[in-house]
Amino acid sequence: MSIRVRAQESNGVVNVRALMSHDMLVPDDDGGPHFIETVEIKRNGEDAITAHWNFTVSRNPFLQVEFDGSAGDTVSVSWTDNKGESDSTEVEVG
Amino acid sequence: MISTKRRVFLKGTLAAGTVGVAVGAGLLAPSKLLAAWPSDVFEAQGLDAAMEAALGSTDIPDSDDIDLSAPEIAENGAVVPVSIETSLDDVTEIALFAEENDFSATAHYVLASGTKPKVSSRIRLGESSNVVAAVKSGDSWYKTVREVKVTVGGCGG
Repeated sequence: MSIRVRAQESNGVVNVRALMSHDMLVPDDDGGPHFIETVEIKRNGEDAITAHWNFTVSRNPFLQVEFDGSAGDTVSVSWTDNKGESDSTEVEVG
Repeated sequence: MISTKRRVFLKGTLAAGTVGVAVGAGLLAPSKLLAAWPSDVFEAQGLDAAMEAALGSTDIPDSDDIDLSAPEIAENGAVVPVSIETSLDDVTEIALFAEENDFSATAHYVLASGTKPKVSSRIRLGESSNVVAAVKSGDSWYKTVREVKVTVGGCGG
């Protein structure tokens, strides 16, 4: 499991691109459904956006969002799936 | 498989019941509700049921102020890039539906103040489908619709 995050500030707006490794199994798959239900993105520990997903989000999900912020801010991305697995990572805004 | 689906169904039913009681008792503000994965939304079958569960109505006005960007033709339904952006004010939620998917509700985003109403992701379409983006501005939902033609379907569900 891994999450790759890129967070870049421009004109006071932080652009975050996150790529999460997860198979996102649909009900017809062996072991499915097994998918990320919730992704939380925080800036300096405060909620920026919460994403709730169905298994119809593509395998190895990609999410791009923008919010007010500055270079040097901390951005964290974490997910939990429907089987209770989770992953998280933190990056500094460049 | 049967037992798994039954468990999912029961879990959804119980969760919806508990939340319903909490709302009825005034214990939860609507925005707090969405802190939890809304099983009633994502387990709803068909667009109308999904919109009713997510937005509280199927009668949502169209808005030219929502930009829903998706390919006209997607060669691979397993990976369809979709971007939603709006110039509407005070946006707190964004919801995405795929009409022809059995489970039409695809994503539901909850935005904090300071977060731009602009979200991109990649979704699965089992077949050619209308994609619906709904945006909650103030207390009201608005939507826009785009058709995506899929050459090879990408959804087992």
